[in-house]
Amino acid sequence: MIEKSLKQLSGMLAAKDVSAVELATEYLGRIKANAALNAFIATDEARTLAQAQAADAARAAGNAGALTGIPVAHKDIFCQQGWVASCGSKMLKNFVAPYNAHVIEQCDAAGLVTLGRTNMDEFAMGSSNENSAFGAVLNPWDRKAVPGGSSGGSAAAVAARLAPIATGTDTGGSIRQPASFCGVTGIKPTYGIVSRFGMIAYASSLDQGGPFGKSAEDCALLLNVMAGFDERDATSLQHDKEDYARDLDAPLAGLRIGLPREYFAEGLAADVAKAIDAAIAEYKKLGATVVDISLPNTRLAIPSYYVIAPAEASSNLSRFDGVRYGHRAADYDGLTEMYEKSRAEGFGWEVKRRILTGTYVLSHGYYDAYYLQAQKIRRIIADDFQKAFADCDLIMGPVAPGTAWNLGDKNADPVAMYLEDIYTLGVNLAGLPGMSVPAGFDAAGRPIGLQIIGNYFAEAKMLNTAHRFQQATDWHQKAPAL
Amino acid sequence: MLMSLSLDDVRRIAKLARIAVTDTELAATQQQLNKIFTLIEEMRAVDTTGIAPMAHAQDVHLRLRDDVATAPDRRDAFQAIAPAVENGLYLVPKVIE
Repeated sequence: MIEKSLKQLSGMLAAKDVSAVELATEYLGRIKANAALNAFIATDEARTLAQAQAADAARAAGNAGALTGIPVAHKDIFCQQGWVASCGSKMLKNFVAPYNAHVIEQCDAAGLVTLGRTNMDEFAMGSSNENSAFGAVLNPWDRKAVPGGSSGGSAAAVAARLAPIATGTDTGGSIRQPASFCGVTGIKPTYGIVSRFGMIAYASSLDQGGPFGKSAEDCALLLNVMAGFDERDATSLQHDKEDYARDLDAPLAGLRIGLPREYFAEGLAADVAKAIDAAIAEYKKLGATVVDISLPNTRLAIPSYYVIAPAEASSNLSRFDGVRYGHRAADYDGLTEMYEKSRAEGFGWEVKRRILTGTYVLSHGYYDAYYLQAQKIRRIIADDFQKAFADCDLIMGPVAPGTAWNLGDKNADPVAMYLEDIYTLGVNLAGLPGMSVPAGFDAAGRPIGLQIIGNYFAEAKMLNTAHRFQQATDWHQKAPAL
Repeated sequence: MLMSLSLDDVRRIAKLARIAVTDTELAATQQQLNKIFTLIEEMRAVDTTGIAPMAHAQDVHLRLRDDVATAPDRRDAFQAIAPAVENGLYLVPKVIE
């Protein structure tokens, strides 16, 4: 059952071959049996089963949608009424959300059954999941390895078949990189497609929710649920509702794939390069042609991102002060010390570093030199993508320079971890959609993801492209031995 | 010119950010922030004359809506998660000294 696609599960539910309660029970059992992976921060069996019973009742009453009764795991960043939304932080470990994020509303309305809340880097800041206040998630392919981050729990949960689908968010690669490291499919949509209402903010101009699944088809179906205009998010796009699965089977003949030479330059691991080359060769067999393109300022995405994101974070996270939200220190002398101690105790070090960085770049006298300059480079990077799309339909390359590294390997040096984001950051700065598709394994058996980048609103085309690849290959069907 | 933060700079930033950094944490924080700013430095040399800063991925304009109350009354739900309430008011630590 755990290897079935959403479409198959939906068919089984409709045919009464399985009930939502049976499905939920199966997955809850797997989550419990694999608790050592630490993919979940919280589960609540009674709530999950109540939701599954309601789904079964809706189906019996003839009120079921296609996905009614399908289980889903939610990243701990989405506010979900009655559940703790900790965002991977000690700061919010007691914060019971009093309302639902738009994403949660839509998932609930579609009849999806919440299995639990997945582990993540604190406030979505990190590329390894080691910044979670609840301990790191282990990569199900190799427990010595990181699962990637920040949505590491969601990626690991889908990889280990602890959930058929999961939600995530991607500010600088936080869906694509863990999807790559865990061998699952994930897509970050065009900025503004998925509402940020109720999604705890990290860097508001970059944050974007998106789905994880075993396949592009499953991602398309979950994206159909997650996407949609929401007036409570000022940056939500008034974009016509799309069926992201509509073109899954379209032929790829004539597809022009741009290969940015900067994504294949020095620093790319040989195993990754080999897997990406093989994937491109497969696409040629499917009728695609390849174009050499350049994204000349790729390297500048790193400093630009690590100014803009911390700047926005320092502002967004000012609300966690022990009064408006979050942990409050027990002993303090005066108001300022209460703030300082509450924040020092509640935040982990990566979050503190980014707040400090952001505070500095926004401080008096430095704004132009840092924040404004970073925003100008952001424009240059976005323009580079548009120039590239004049010559190609989609861009392909690696998601990350290497595969999952060992837990602890890059902890001592935050900058070493930042450099690993080189191929994902530009997409967020430009607001483009990007996805990761399983494309092989390195010599140690750790997964490799192919990144597909589309122009604005190209999600259906990207999912089609990934789906056709998955019809021709079986990388996405490989599951780790648990 | 490569910028380098002094210990006093780090203390000042921490103060602005309202994050207590102990004396023992200060040196390591300084070292890591300086590494981050060394990375950021790469960006500062780029000639961006005439380039308009990009604040957002999409050219979004703030929407206007009719001036009617749309938020439901959730007072009880919000009070229920506060650390302390009394007579329907939120109790906070003393803020005026």
